[in-house]
Amino acid sequence: MLSSLWLLIAIPLASAAILLLLGKRADRWGPWLGVLAPAASFVLGLSMFISLGTRENKTVEESLWSFIPVGDLQIDFGLMLDPLSAVFVLLITGVGSLIHLYAVGYMAHEEKRRTFFGYFNLFIAAMLLLVLGNNYVMLYLGWEGVGLASYLLISFWYTRPPAATAGKKAFIMNRVGDVGLVLAIFLMFAKLGTVNFTEVFAKVDTLASGTILVLGLLLLLGACGKSGQFPLQAWLPDAMEGPTPVSALIHAATMVTAGVYLIARSNPIFSANTTLQVIVVSVGAVTLLMGSIIGAAKDDFKRVLAWSTVSQIGYMFLGVGLGGGAYALAIIHLLAHGFFKANMFLGAGSVMHAMQDQVDIRRFGGLAPYMRVTWLTFMMGWLAIIGIPPLSGYFTKEPIIAAAFGRGDWTSWLFGGAALLGAGLTAFYMTRLYMLVFHGPKRWTEGQHPHESPPIMTIPLILLAIGSAVAGWLMSTSVIDWLTPVLPTGEAHEAAMPHWLISVLGVALSVLGALAAWALFRQGTAVDEQPAGPLVTAARNNLYTDAFNEVVFEKPGSWLTRALVYVDSKGVDGLVNGLAAMVGGGSGRLRRLQTGFVRSYALSMLLGGVLVLGALLAVRLG
Amino acid sequence: MTPMWYIVLASVLFSIGAVGVLIRRNAIVLFMCVELMLNAANLALVTFSRINGGLDGQIMAFFAMVVAAAEVVIGLAIIMLIFRTRRSASVDDANLLKY
Repeated sequence: MLSSLWLLIAIPLASAAILLLLGKRADRWGPWLGVLAPAASFVLGLSMFISLGTRENKTVEESLWSFIPVGDLQIDFGLMLDPLSAVFVLLITGVGSLIHLYAVGYMAHEEKRRTFFGYFNLFIAAMLLLVLGNNYVMLYLGWEGVGLASYLLISFWYTRPPAATAGKKAFIMNRVGDVGLVLAIFLMFAKLGTVNFTEVFAKVDTLASGTILVLGLLLLLGACGKSGQFPLQAWLPDAMEGPTPVSALIHAATMVTAGVYLIARSNPIFSANTTLQVIVVSVGAVTLLMGSIIGAAKDDFKRVLAWSTVSQIGYMFLGVGLGGGAYALAIIHLLAHGFFKANMFLGAGSVMHAMQDQVDIRRFGGLAPYMRVTWLTFMMGWLAIIGIPPLSGYFTKEPIIAAAFGRGDWTSWLFGGAALLGAGLTAFYMTRLYMLVFHGPKRWTEGQHPHESPPIMTIPLILLAIGSAVAGWLMSTSVIDWLTPVLPTGEAHEAAMPHWLISVLGVALSVLGALAAWALFRQGTAVDEQPAGPLVTAARNNLYTDAFNEVVFEKPGSWLTRALVYVDSKGVDGLVNGLAAMVGGGSGRLRRLQTGFVRSYALSMLLGGVLVLGALLAVRLG
Repeated sequence: MTPMWYIVLASVLFSIGAVGVLIRRNAIVLFMCVELMLNAANLALVTFSRINGGLDGQIMAFFAMVVAAAEVVIGLAIIMLIFRTRRSASVDDANLLKY
């Protein structure tokens, strides 16, 4: 069963090729093929997962062909299934299949839905390649593949200018991160002569401390770009311009967590340098607070969820940065987040479906009795993300907070406090969202007749809600053991506070945040923009990060471009055009010599002859 | 009489021919002046052949005559055609081939 890893990738890839190449002939059955492909990969992945569980050696490698053989650089098209990539395969294909199924209902009236499913399958194939590659070049191939699929799907409705712009923004910001990843791969080859995971990790100890720091920072830049972490977070909320299933699968559950996978996979590099770990932890802490603060001020349903994703991935970065046993904690939070965030995004899609694509949460309210399945499943996601026991968020987020408190010095208080505060803020903004959408007075626009979505959309919702509810308990026990062979397990320092106190504080802050939001928003909210204090205004403007990017990068960038264009058109072009004009003008004047009068030619011939003769005589006599 | 006088004669003939080409407009006259220059050159060739005691120059003069005959045939034909179309034998009127 474990001998054909390539099939996992080949099935969705073949399906994508069929859907994209066959054209209109595939319109009728295309979406169903699109659902079947990831489902088949899921079944295959599950059987591989099970047979991997029975093996003693938990790493299976498969080399398909020599991909780049150049002198010393030998890169194979190699795949690797180990416990870490196995859980990712299950998440990608499992949650992916459910979202594909949902999309059949959600995109039913979309004209280009065959293309949509083609891109969606392409994404699944690229994401599987990303997690299954056994070297950094394979990972990079998948990395760029998911970037492409993400771009195509964000700007799927490319006739709408915001969607086209958002697609470009995502693509360009991802390039910034990808440059980091590419440079990291170059550095590995230059310093270690290999890009293979096992070989690189075996040789990390031979590197100088500074080299490890640079290598880690480059990898971190790549991870930040893909995962929407500070300072490259701006593209992720805008990516919500894409269809909702895309937001659920790519921009919440799977692709944006690729950065966490990258760092967890490269754990020998990150564990080798403590400065590096502090930087990763700081990125995580800053992002998780930033995401939750901005999320609390947004009024767009999907953007609240997007900032929530940014914030939750911040928790995962916090986890992978803490190192030791926290790597596994970050991965289980990633898996749990995949369930509850996909669930909530699909719930948001269901609500939008019922409310004529309304996304402004000030225009909802009192929807609970109209769409009971969506309401109850969303409630599961809501309770899971704010960490109410015994739902999944409690089991996965709370250990990360505890680990942040276990750093052993004063930074425990800093990062632990940030994580704890983030938990309270998460509860606040999620409760605000939940209350404004499903409870309180109706603030609908005219002519709304909300209704429950068809079963094809509610069944995935129910399954994901069950996952959100029970997965956490399962993961906090068995998945950590399962991940032991690939991720370090090191013991944490003595925690700054007893573990039970951290748990109680975490839950208490969550309840407090939820109660505050309930008190503020149970009576609904004004339907138009209200004046607000400086903090809320800042949060509404993404804490001015977009303005910062515009002033610091975009403006100087366009000035530089304009200056270069000027130099090019006046300087370089001027030189070339000037030379041409000189030759042209000179020739134009010289041409006047050809008068058409035979006798003037004869005169010039005679003069020429006399000149030659004179010169000869001068040489002879002289 | 030294051969030097023949050289002088050839120079004078050549000069007359060259000046004629430069100052006359009639194509026929121009043509005759060209012939004059050719013959001056022939005379010089024969003279030098005599001075050097070889036959090379005289052979060369025969070649020049043959070429001149062929040239006359073609040249007169061209002049005839130009005259028929433009009603003029002036070389200054045939000045269309220019910049």
